Formats: sequence, C-alpha cells, structure tokens
Amino acid sequence: MNLKISALDYVNEVKNGNISVEDFVFATIERIKKIDGSLHAFLEVNPQAVENARIIDKKIKSGTKVGDCFGMPISIKDNICIKDSKTTCASKMLENFIAPYDATVISKLKEQDAIFVGKTNLDEFAMGLTTEFSAYGPSRNPWNPDYVPGGSSGGSAVSVSAYECVASLGSDTGGSVRNPASFCSVVGFKPTYGLISRYGLISYANSIEQIGPIARTVRDTAFFLNILSGLDPNDNTTIDLGKQDFLEDIDSGIAGKKIGVIQEMIGEGIDPTVLSATKEAVSKLEGLGATCEDISIDMVKYSVASYYTITATEAGSNLARYDNLRYGYEFPVEGYEFNSYISKARTKFGPEVIRRMILGGFVPSSGQAGKYFLKALKVKSKLTKEVSEAFKKYDYLVAPTVPILPFKIGEKIDDPVALFLVDINTVIANLTGIPSISIPFSISNGLPIGIQLLAKHNDDKSLLQAARALETTVKLPEVPI
Amino acid sequence: MTKIGLEIHCQLTKLESKLFCPCKANYREYEPNTNICPICMGLPGTLPRLNQKAIEKATMIAMALNCSIPEKIAFFRKNYFYPDLPKNFQITQLNIYGDTSIGGSGMIMVGDKKIRITRIQLEEDPGRLIYEGSSSKNQITLVDYNRAGTPLVEIVTEPDFENPKQVREFLNILSDLLENLDVSDPGLEGAMRADANVSIEGGNKVEIKNIGSFHDLEKAVHFEITRQESLHSREIPIAQETRHWDDKRKITISSRSKEEELDYRYFLEGDIPWITVGQQIHEKLRLEMPESISSKRERYIKKYGITDQVADVLSSDKFYSDLFDKSLTEKNAKEIANIITTDLMGLVDTKEKRQLSKLESTHLIDIANAIQTGKITRISAKNALYEIVKSGKKLEQVISEMDLGNVSDENELTVIIEQVVQEEPQAVEQAKSNPQTINFLVGKVMQKTKGKADPKLTLDLLKKKIT
Repeated sequence: MNLKISALDYVNEVKNGNISVEDFVFATIERIKKIDGSLHAFLEVNPQAVENARIIDKKIKSGTKVGDCFGMPISIKDNICIKDSKTTCASKMLENFIAPYDATVISKLKEQDAIFVGKTNLDEFAMGLTTEFSAYGPSRNPWNPDYVPGGSSGGSAVSVSAYECVASLGSDTGGSVRNPASFCSVVGFKPTYGLISRYGLISYANSIEQIGPIARTVRDTAFFLNILSGLDPNDNTTIDLGKQDFLEDIDSGIAGKKIGVIQEMIGEGIDPTVLSATKEAVSKLEGLGATCEDISIDMVKYSVASYYTITATEAGSNLARYDNLRYGYEFPVEGYEFNSYISKARTKFGPEVIRRMILGGFVPSSGQAGKYFLKALKVKSKLTKEVSEAFKKYDYLVAPTVPILPFKIGEKIDDPVALFLVDINTVIANLTGIPSISIPFSISNGLPIGIQLLAKHNDDKSLLQAARALETTVKLPEVPI
Repeated sequence: MTKIGLEIHCQLTKLESKLFCPCKANYREYEPNTNICPICMGLPGTLPRLNQKAIEKATMIAMALNCSIPEKIAFFRKNYFYPDLPKNFQITQLNIYGDTSIGGSGMIMVGDKKIRITRIQLEEDPGRLIYEGSSSKNQITLVDYNRAGTPLVEIVTEPDFENPKQVREFLNILSDLLENLDVSDPGLEGAMRADANVSIEGGNKVEIKNIGSFHDLEKAVHFEITRQESLHSREIPIAQETRHWDDKRKITISSRSKEEELDYRYFLEGDIPWITVGQQIHEKLRLEMPESISSKRERYIKKYGITDQVADVLSSDKFYSDLFDKSLTEKNAKEIANIITTDLMGLVDTKEKRQLSKLESTHLIDIANAIQTGKITRISAKNALYEIVKSGKKLEQVISEMDLGNVSDENELTVIIEQVVQEEPQAVEQAKSNPQTINFLVGKVMQKTKGKADPKLTLDLLKKKIT
C-alpha cells in the first residue's frame, strides 16, 4: 500500500476502486504503530479509525453518496475539539478534558467522510515553535530525529511528513502551521483571518490565529480550503467570500505578477543556506514570468515584540478559564477557598505557559499597558498599514518561512529570547490577518527549508496559484524514514 | 450638598436567548445547571455568538433615555477570577478607548430635575452563587450557571440625585420605561440590581454594591446618607470605600479593601467584531420602538379628552395602556379609562393577579357599551368586572347569572322610592332645599336594589316625588 500519495490522488484511487478505504486506513494505523514510538507525532490514536473506514467502504459499495474525502485518514492537532474524545492541548491541565462538541472544521470534515486517525502533539496550548513544550514529551523531525520538527503544530507536520496520514489540521497563531511545515518539508497554510471558523479551536491568541491545513501539495491545500472555509454562525469573526473553488484555475501561473522580497526577513542572523535558497526561489519566480523587487517593511523589526505582547495578553485572558472547577483533571475542590484552590490547580500548567501568563498579567495591567500592550497594538496597526501599502504595488510578498534551519532538540529550549526570534518571518501574517503559505523548497544537509509566500486580505485563492507555480519548479528527495 | 449616582443593572428578560448562546434568557424556571451549553459554560474552544436582538433592545433603551448612539460599538473583556464567571472574564463594554458603548450622554427628567445618563452598556450576567451551611467550618458554595450569559444592560447616571426621594422617582420612571419598551420585566426577582455612590457635603464618595432590588436601593441610599451625616456630625472623616448592602439587616457594611485593588486588564474582545449601528438601524429601531409613555399620555389627553391624572396612570403602566389602546373607540374612550382606573385597578394591581386575570379587551368594550346604553349601572359593572377577571365569562352571561340587569321598571322603582321616602323623612326634607342631598336618596335606592336601579330613571322619579 502506497501511503505517500497526495489527498487528491487518494480520492481518485478510492473512487476508481484501486484501493479500499479500510486497507488504506489499516496500513496508516499500522505505520503509526510502527514508527510513531520514535517520532511521537500522536498524543492519541483513534481506535475506531479502521471501523469507520469499513463503514465508508460499505457506503461506496452500496452506491450511497460519499463525501469528498472518501475516508481519507487525517490527523488533528490536539487543540481542536472532536466530540467525545480527549482534547488536551498537550497540557496536564486538560489531561481529562473530553470535548462534548465538534469544532466546526471537524463537523465539515465529518460531513465529507474524512477519518480522524488521531490527535497530534503540540507545544502546550500552542505556545512554542518546537513542540518541545508539550507536557507529554517532544515530537521528533522525521528528516532527523535529533532535530525539532518545529511547532507548535509539530505533531501535525510530522504526521504528514512521515506518511502517518494524508493531511492534518494545525493552528497558526504566529507561524505554528507554517514553521513546522517548513521544518518537516510539507505545505502549511495560514488563511486570511476569518476564512476558516475557529469554533472548537482552543484559543491561545484569538484575535490573530487561524486553523490551517498541513498537506503534501498546494493542490491538496486548495482541496481542504474548499471544505473548511466559509461563514459560521458560531464564529462571528468568519468572513463571507461567497462560494469559491480554490482548486479551479490553480495552475494559472504567475506570469506578469509583481512580487516583493522582504529585506527585513533575510537580514541579520539568517542562515546562509536559507539565504541562498531564498535567492534561488526569487530567480525561479522570475523564471515563471514574475517580476521580483526588494522591499522594506520597517515595522517587521518590532513585529515579534508586538506579537509576544499581544499574544501574552490574550493568552492570560483565554487561559483564565482553566480553574479546574468545571472540567480538567482530578483534584477535589472541597476544603479550599476559591483563590487558594485555583492557584494550586493552575500549577499544572507547564513552564512556557506560566511564563506567558505572567507576561500576560503584566503587559496590559494598569500602569504598564501604555508602555507595552497599547504600544504593541500601535505597532500592529502601523505594520498593517505598511503591509497594505506594499500590496498596492505587489501581488505577493516572499521570504523564507524560518530564517534558520531546524535545530537540535534541547538546543534552544532554555533560551526563550533566541526562540522568539525564530518567529520573525511568520508573525506578520497573523498580526495583519493576511494569508500566507509555506512550501517545501530545498534540503540543506538533510534538513528542510521552506519558502513563504504572502498575499493581501482575501487573496487566498491567488496565493495558492502562486504557491502552486513555485511548487512545480521544486523536486526534493523523499523523507528518509 | 448630597450627591448620589446610580449604576443600574437591568436584565433583558424579554429576549428569547442569552447574549452569546442559544440558551434561554429567562433562566428562572430551570433546575440548577440545566439552562447551559458549551458556550455559556465557557468550555475550551467555544466562542461568543452575539445575539443581535440584544443589541437592538439595548439601543432602544439608550434611545429612550435620549442618549447619543455611536456609529460603531465594541465589546471588551473584564478580566477577574470568580467562581460564578465560567471564562474568568466578563464580556462587557467600555468607553476608555473612545465611545464604543451602546449609548452615552443621555438624560431624563425626574419632575423638574434633570438626571444625566453617563453611559449605557451591554454585558453578560455571571452565574449565581448559593451559600449553604451556617458556620464557617461547614460552609459550602454552590454555583448555578443558568444565569451565566443573560443579557444585562448597565445604566450609569451622573451623581445628579440629591435625595432618596429623587432616586425613588427615577426608579419608578425607569421601571415604567423599561416595561413600556417591552425589554424587561422589572418585577422579576433579580431582574433589576443596582450599585450606588453617595457623598455628602465635605465627605468622600462611598460606593454601595450588591443592592438586589429597587426597593432596597432607596433604603440603602437613605441608610448611607444617615450614616455619613452621623459620622460628619461627630467630625469623624468619611472614608472613600466600597460598602456592601446587607440585604437581611438592611445596612451597608464596609467591604474588604482587596476588591478595590483589582486590575481588570480590559482589552478588546476579538471574538466579536465591531458592530456598526449606524443611522439606518437607528431609524429602523425608531420605527419599531413602542410609543413612549409621554407620547401616550399626550395622545390620551388631546385626542380623547381624558384628564391629566387619569392619563398619567394609564400611560405609565404598560398593562393598562395596552388594554386601553386595544379597547378604546372615540365614543367609549372616557368610559374605558374610567373603568380601568377606578374599578379594574384593585383587581389587577400585582403581577400575580395580572397573570391570573381572564379579562380581555372585548370585555371592556362590552362593559362600556352596557353602561352607555343604560343596560347596567356602574356599580353593577364593577361587580361584573370582578367576576369576569376571575372567570373570563362573557358579560351577557355574567349579567344574567348574577342578575345584574338594571331595574328600569317604573312601577318597581316607584315602590322602592316610596319605601326610601318613608324611611328617610329628614333627608327628603333637606333635599327640597339642597339638591345635593338627593344623591344620598339615590344611594339608598341603589342599596335596596343592590346597585341595579337605573340611576337616571331613579333620579327623575325621586325629583318628581319630592317636589
């Protein structure tokens, strides 16, 4: 059984009767059993997956209408709720939390007969970019298990990269889909804010984060956007772009398009191999008929500081609900006064979450807000202005997804400031709400490099066309696992 | 000079659902923790789903209080830990980053006194804490989240009140106004709550929190003024502080200072995009808004020639004005107004009685007709009304069952008048010189006929008999 096929190929193979859903899902589960012990992409594997596959095979045989996914095995980041299954956010705080409802994206995938093979690992509450901050242990990069897979959707990227599923859903607050996609050599997409419903995604920094697909190809990404996007009454921030077919015209190319190369993202501290890969990408884009020019976006240098201030503030509020009174883990409340109970209960949070909560209590507090939080919002709005100015001139912007190569597990975990800087190229898409995609572009010393393309608000479809064009120029070795 | 300002919390009890989820806004009939869902329980991953109707109703309140309505409104998070707060933050509104609350800078007249409205904001009510156990050792706290997320409008006034009487008058006007707008039922337990701030000449401002009803609000303000004056007279400084209203002992008690130090870390609620209220919606609401109390009053006086006092009573109570507007015609308006304000009032003066009442507007129309055509007397009408409120029977049926039809038979009446004249020689004598006394004799005839004597015929016959 070839588990390496793309989502669209999978659909064709099942449709044409070349493979059965049960066989494919069974093989997938077998592979997870075989290799995930060393990769740790999954926090939980769905014991009903094969059973579900059988049901879809029956539907196909009986001629009943089958959803567009045809039983495709998909993994889900463990901060997205699936009814009646554990959703832990890789935190001890939610060790026993069983979601009583489906996230909107889950309902949509269920309608299209997707099969969830399991919940994937992440940095606790999606706070991190290496997946080392999972309370259940780090995930490992399939390209080299000594290296981090990126994060926070590390488990999702690993599972797609190592053929433990066909595609995955992650969430991207400051690069959490694109960063691990880049480190694991898969495609990661952060849509325009509001394109995909966040209902059922456990909030970290709700004003800037989005659920995004992680897949093998740009076309697969478009396929998932067709299923996942759209207005949702349960998420008031969703936008209505009408009925869009993201797959249609995906091969229309980028001839005549103008692309800006963001100078602040290839400056100081960039790994030379990443820099040369970026230059190669620029010349390939030009080879496809686009015009590339250097562009400066001044506010990029303050974006990470702004990002951490805003996300800490929102996280402090979003994670306040975890007082263990209504759900959580076993810790009886009797005999405690409220405040002493919750301060005890909340010690289950891990170190990175605690760090950001403390920050989140400080930066928006009265007396400090002017110096930190309000200033961060100013940077955000200035950055948004600069970026929208840039898009008056350019159709797309381009930069490496991450300015450095994947690094070893444990290498940077004790240096939060060094880790924060890894975010510099990805956070602007979140702060400004624009769509952004990372595609596999190069391998340096056996470690992947991804290239990031950005487009203006609601130009997701056009962005996929550009990414598809660049993707056609890339030929990479297979993951060595 | 004494200064009093109010913060009134009013639940929008007439809404179908909560502010951010489909659970019922009227939580009162539910067993604890059964009117809840993942959203109002703040379960991980849920998002607020704004109830547009709440925006409309709250805007109507702002308009009725002559507030300015901003083009765009926004919601904020007020962050604090409390067990009745499922998300450990409350979604509310705030004006510190520009005027984005539902209404601002309004005013309302209370007699000749102008009370300025600082702002009106829409927010979610927390759950309810229930304390059980008497001693501190076995005391437990139970939480009922049925109320969590109920739409709440906060009305903040400037410190324009000078005494508790003005406060009471304002509260009466406000209750009537909210009821008339059909947004809230101020009579429901817990639907209206308030905080007050009170300061006397030369003293610091004291906040009183946790006042559970309008009735207690006046008492609390009164208590606080007395307390402050007594301190002042003994030259003890009045501390700036927050005090709690002790509902059982009817006094204010100093709160632990800890609560005042809370930093709510307000910031914009990103899960609810800015809402454009705009001129168009404003106009739409103006058309949908129920007629105001003052406009009703004016209409009753000008169009139907009803006296000021009766018009006051009718217009300020939605129950009466609805009934009146449904029953009236050009011809019977005064009669209907009369029936409502003299006879009906005692029968339906409480919420419970109103709920039990079987009276319909058609009954009132029939009664007014019967009086005007001389079919029954006013006294009989009153008796019939009592029966109709109880049973909902048709007037015809009540008249025949209770034998309320007028005695308009001349012979029968003459016999009764004879009796009265014989029994009251003194009055008869007086009536000859004083026409007022004749009414006393009519009354006597009414007594003997159990109020059924045709009043006009009786008067004519009596006059004839005496002169």
